[in-house]
Amino acid sequence: MSFREPASAAGARSEPQMNAVVGRGPWILAWRRLRKNRAALAGGVLLLAIVGACLLLPALLALDAHATAPVLRHTPPSPGHWLGTDALGRDLLARVLVGGRTSLAVGLAATLASVLIGVVWGGAAGLLGGAADEALMRIVDFLYGVPYMFLVILVMLLFADTARGEALPVFVALGLVQWLTMARIVRGQVLALRGSDFVLAARAVGASGPRILFRHLLPNCLGPIVVYATLTVPSVIILESYLSFLGLGVELSWGQLVAEGVAVVNPIQSRWWLLAFPSAFLGATLLALNFLGDGLRDALDPSG
Amino acid sequence: MSAALLLLAALAVLSALAALPLGVMRVLGALGLAALCFAIARHALGDAAALLAALLLGAAALRLAPPRVLRRIAFLIPSFALLVTVTTALMYLAPGSPFAQERALAPSVEAALRERYGVPESAFAFFQSYAERLLVAGDLGPALKVQGRTVAELLAPALPVSLALGGSALLLALGLGVALGVRAGLRPNSAVDHASMGLALLGISLPNFVIGAALVIVFALRLGWLPVAGWGGFASVVLPSVTLALPYAAVIARLARAGTVEAMRQDFVRTARAKGLPERTVVWKHALRPALMPVVSYLGPAAAGILTGSFVVETLFGVPGMGQWFVKGAINRDYPVVLGTALFYFALVSLFNLAVDLAYAWLDPRTEQEAA
Repeated sequence: MSFREPASAAGARSEPQMNAVVGRGPWILAWRRLRKNRAALAGGVLLLAIVGACLLLPALLALDAHATAPVLRHTPPSPGHWLGTDALGRDLLARVLVGGRTSLAVGLAATLASVLIGVVWGGAAGLLGGAADEALMRIVDFLYGVPYMFLVILVMLLFADTARGEALPVFVALGLVQWLTMARIVRGQVLALRGSDFVLAARAVGASGPRILFRHLLPNCLGPIVVYATLTVPSVIILESYLSFLGLGVELSWGQLVAEGVAVVNPIQSRWWLLAFPSAFLGATLLALNFLGDGLRDALDPSG
Repeated sequence: MSAALLLLAALAVLSALAALPLGVMRVLGALGLAALCFAIARHALGDAAALLAALLLGAAALRLAPPRVLRRIAFLIPSFALLVTVTTALMYLAPGSPFAQERALAPSVEAALRERYGVPESAFAFFQSYAERLLVAGDLGPALKVQGRTVAELLAPALPVSLALGGSALLLALGLGVALGVRAGLRPNSAVDHASMGLALLGISLPNFVIGAALVIVFALRLGWLPVAGWGGFASVVLPSVTLALPYAAVIARLARAGTVEAMRQDFVRTARAKGLPERTVVWKHALRPALMPVVSYLGPAAAGILTGSFVVETLFGVPGMGQWFVKGAINRDYPVVLGTALFYFALVSLFNLAVDLAYAWLDPRTEQEAA
């Protein structure tokens, strides 16, 4: 990570006057690079649009995701129901938008959990070093070897008393399996930075271990953490859709809607809208997140 | 309570092992390999022959295998123990029991059932009896919810199916991903590059069952070339393995592209070109090997992921593999079935990781020097 680009070089190019060496923070430099990346920007705009639609449209259009209408079962897209209706006559547009809230919330919450665990675990491993590092990373290695659907399902069993389709078990289970790569990344960064002069200086003036970790090391790891977190959100959303497909996911999420769409694929009657629209929303969101994540990676790590 | 204690103890053992120096780990690895070989072979060969084979294998491994591989083997046995403990602990911590029915059972009946199937009330006792049965008799125990069948009988027909599906998917992902990624990486920012990377991004942005459903609609329902679902014969393998492979082909293509771009910038490529080698030789003999290192190290996680994805693909296409048994077992609290599938999956991933380590040591001898 070349975070500390010589500010003088950047300043000299744009501002010729003397003594006006304006230091530019790494985030400003990164933002400038990101702004030039059209794919990433498009991803960001698309993401904002989808999030906005999911949050605002159901209220604006007075849509109800749960109102059933037996007469309107399986209507194709029409002026009354833009995206058609499902097996119980519920409006698909409303369900897709409300389901999007769930999927995005699952993605965010599980990513947050994975960032928390991964940063603490990887930071501790990198900072402590030696046998503690080995021990912590062995556990990560072990968990890497277990197909994660296993752990997800086993952890979800712990919540078997809560109702089917509750969101909390899914948040916890997905967060618990997604932190491994984050821990590895943070550990690698901390190890690389640990020997640097500014950490030595902090140590010399008597800073404590946690202070060094949180004040000096982690801010310098923020770039990779942000990038990887952005890329974790789509993989969490995909995992949730797998769970939905197996009948273990969250009630009314994109994953569940897509799974319902897949379930009605049959050779006799095409109900394409039930598969096409939820998949389109899910795919567009994940595509946007991946574009944004790739763009962030390029912006924050120009060397790579 | 005993479940949580079991978990902590297992974690402590695995961590303690991490503190040992590499020399000790090598010997432990060879010993572990011999022990595993003995445990598996004794049922087929008898005790004496199995012991001989195990000793020979252990000695050969100590002499020939790279330290990195031996160290991985040394972690294998405690890892298996940890897997059984984690799974047991989680299953016992979870509410519900394998013998729960709509009507409450009389305590004496439940006790008799627990006795008959070898599922005691405490996690610790279960772990003990399970490990004993597994190590001494090589027995995975009876299935609790499938009347009159053992876990081995359930998994024996499912294992080759899962292996065939996973293996063909992995090969397909590797072939497709490397071909697309290297072509794209040789001409960065060309039309080929943008097309294949766009395709790859699409591949990681859709759940595999959506891709699978789309493939079914086109190739099975519209064109009628391939069966919609089921298992048997080559035609029925195509759609499930393509569905399973595509997301991983996408990731591999991205890795291969980045690796190729990076490799083509290296000095040795310039040297190779400068001395007048044809471009084909430069790519195939010089650039490809370093370019594909990231792909090789991704293969371990990819194998674990493909097995995970196979849960979904098996359900979508009605493939009689092991995934269905794990999901059913977990929902039914069928402890022996869950443990049996977990052991098989973990063994598959571990074997594969060993193979990857061997390949890595062969492709890049420098990693060995660092480890030694």
